[in-house]
Amino acid sequence: MEVISFLIPISLFLGAVGLIAFVYTVRSNQYDDPEGDARRILNDEWDDKPKP
Amino acid sequence: MATATARPPSAAACPGCVATPTEPARPIPEDVQLALSLPTIHCQACISKVERALNAVPGVQSARVNLTLKRAMIQAEPEMRADALIPVLKAEGFEAHELDAGALSVTGSDKAGRELLMRLAVAGFASMNVMLLSVSVWSGATDATRDMFHWISAAIALPAIAFAGKPFFESAWSALRVRRLNMDVPIVLAIVLALVTSLWETALSGEHAYFDAALTLVFFLLAGRYLDHRTRAIARSAAQELSALEVPRALRIEDGVEHEVAVADLRVGDLIRVRPGGRMPVDGEIVEGQSELDRSLLTGETVPVYAEPGTSVSAGEVNLTGPLTIRASAVGSDTSLHQMADLVAVAESGRSRYTSLADSAAKLYAPGVHILSALSFVGWYLYSGDLRSALNIAAAVLIITCPCALGLAVPAVTTAASGRLFRKGMLIKHSTALERLAEIDTVVFDKTGTLTQGTPELTNLDGIPHEIASIAVGLAGASSHPLSRAVTQAAEAAGIKPAEVSDVTEVPGFGTQGMLNGQTVRFGRAAWVGAEQGVHTAAWLSVDGADPVEFQFNDALRPGAEEAVSSLIASGKQVILMSGDTTGAVQALAERLGIADWLAEALPQDKAARIAEMTEKGQRVLMVGDGLNDTAALTAAHVSISPATALDAARVASDIVLLGTDLSPIAEACDVAKKATRRIRENFRIATVYNVIAVPLAVAGLATPLIAALAMSTSSITVSLNALRLR
Repeated sequence: MEVISFLIPISLFLGAVGLIAFVYTVRSNQYDDPEGDARRILNDEWDDKPKP
Repeated sequence: MATATARPPSAAACPGCVATPTEPARPIPEDVQLALSLPTIHCQACISKVERALNAVPGVQSARVNLTLKRAMIQAEPEMRADALIPVLKAEGFEAHELDAGALSVTGSDKAGRELLMRLAVAGFASMNVMLLSVSVWSGATDATRDMFHWISAAIALPAIAFAGKPFFESAWSALRVRRLNMDVPIVLAIVLALVTSLWETALSGEHAYFDAALTLVFFLLAGRYLDHRTRAIARSAAQELSALEVPRALRIEDGVEHEVAVADLRVGDLIRVRPGGRMPVDGEIVEGQSELDRSLLTGETVPVYAEPGTSVSAGEVNLTGPLTIRASAVGSDTSLHQMADLVAVAESGRSRYTSLADSAAKLYAPGVHILSALSFVGWYLYSGDLRSALNIAAAVLIITCPCALGLAVPAVTTAASGRLFRKGMLIKHSTALERLAEIDTVVFDKTGTLTQGTPELTNLDGIPHEIASIAVGLAGASSHPLSRAVTQAAEAAGIKPAEVSDVTEVPGFGTQGMLNGQTVRFGRAAWVGAEQGVHTAAWLSVDGADPVEFQFNDALRPGAEEAVSSLIASGKQVILMSGDTTGAVQALAERLGIADWLAEALPQDKAARIAEMTEKGQRVLMVGDGLNDTAALTAAHVSISPATALDAARVASDIVLLGTDLSPIAEACDVAKKATRRIRENFRIATVYNVIAVPLAVAGLATPLIAALAMSTSSITVSLNALRLR
């Protein structure tokens, strides 16, 4: 059963990574325009180089 | 602009944010100066076309389209005006309207919603982890392993609940401070008691810990709160967009030159130019120009009023034909438009405070739960003399009866019902509007602008000789007066070509005149062409020497008005028409729509008083109105609806806004509201059934954390699914 001393911290760490990633998306306004962002990805305007 | 800066610069008030990488939020342009509403955009091609067109305009620094809100935010140099950008978009084929960026500021960043979402995420994360640990405990972990799992659960649950449960703690505290009980008091008590007993149990290496139950409870309740908040945020943002469409600007004359200024900057004594089609920004007196005024939004009168120097005007009236210069006599909150607000305040104080279904359920529920849990504590303590097991059982009772499903019962239903009505073009602004709408038995309609479009329609074209009509069309084509436009429209529909009238000039306030085969022809007011004014709204055509010919007008019905009225009557509701217009006009419309009960020439006070009187008799009144003269009545009524074309003040006073021009959704909304209320009651019943099954187990001391988790999840899911049946 020693294995759980690794497994529990690892699972908590992975969960926390997910939570932090979600918090980051909320704080950087990524849910402000879900419809527009879904369409923008189909845009081929800045495919070659990033938008300046 | 306050768009982005409403958020505090460092929002480190929450533990979640401390853990965030130090990268700042993507900077929303702080000086967003212009906002455009783009109702027709719908795809990727539209986004890039609009953005490319706007970015190409010199002076525009950056433009970004938000497709979800159908809006473009433009950062530009200070002297840039939206008027310069609208034609650019029109050339690309997009309809664009200016939005008042100040009025939009609140929607810009929905801080409360974001905070709730963050708490929901933390609660979700924590409850999943704790639930996993609990599953291993339930499936047989013992001794040291179980204790360790319990301690880890405690380490996750305590900070997570302290952060995620904050809205409940705050709301329960504010209720307790004024010695009242709300739904949050039993919630908080259950959470706190569960945590305390679980900690105690864990410290004594006991078997049952309720960390998972406390967290799941917070998670489900937050889900309900978030749904509720989102429904209202959507409604609020749409309502704000409506008000933001009216940009408050005025033309002030300084040293003979017109300057565009914000209405808020006008002072008493300023000279203001009001162009035809414009709305009076302030109260004042006409010093120059002749025109006609449309007062329908203030008084309900459909017939335009003649205006000349010396006539006093009130804010909100619309100038129809000629440019006017007015001297401001009252500005801002002193205008008659704002004084109407006092009347609204009076009506508001008379409105009986409605207790929502959730509140009345909480009133029954909260004391019951507390008494039950206290009784089981006392009973078990007396029976066994063991404080620990008695406290454990009391906590189990509180958790099992906790209003998880009750917290979801109302928001889930209102979200589903509001979503359905939104697709039909109705905006539910107030959170209890649906419940109140379900109760109504009387419907009061305003006439002008509500049942009718407020625009006239030519009625006697068939009775007018063809050549006379074509002269009238030739003259009317030059004017933008509502009656002239009605003639042009009717003629187009009947295929009448305009006669070749030369030297057409508009005489503001009177009509249009011109020359035809050497004769002067005039089309306008009765007195101007030498005719007798009758009871109808009418314009007259005179050809030199001949008798004037009368063109009669009627106010055009709004689409769906007939269906709405007849289906409301068919469903057994009393329908009343109340208007400030003349008796003849009101009676004619009432007969046309089959409304038996009508009231004409009603002052705003009369309308509100009549509604208050009906309310006193126990009737539940739905008021549908659009004008300033309706605001008091809208506030006095049990529930109120106003069309999107209504004045801002009327929209603010009403609970529901009709977005389209069609009135027919009103009858359907009543049905949906009834269904929604029925669904809410059903949900309460479902939640109660779960309690009735689980509570005896808890009181008998047989409840385990597993049973609590099962009861909580199944009841919440059943309630949500039941609500979804409404969609």
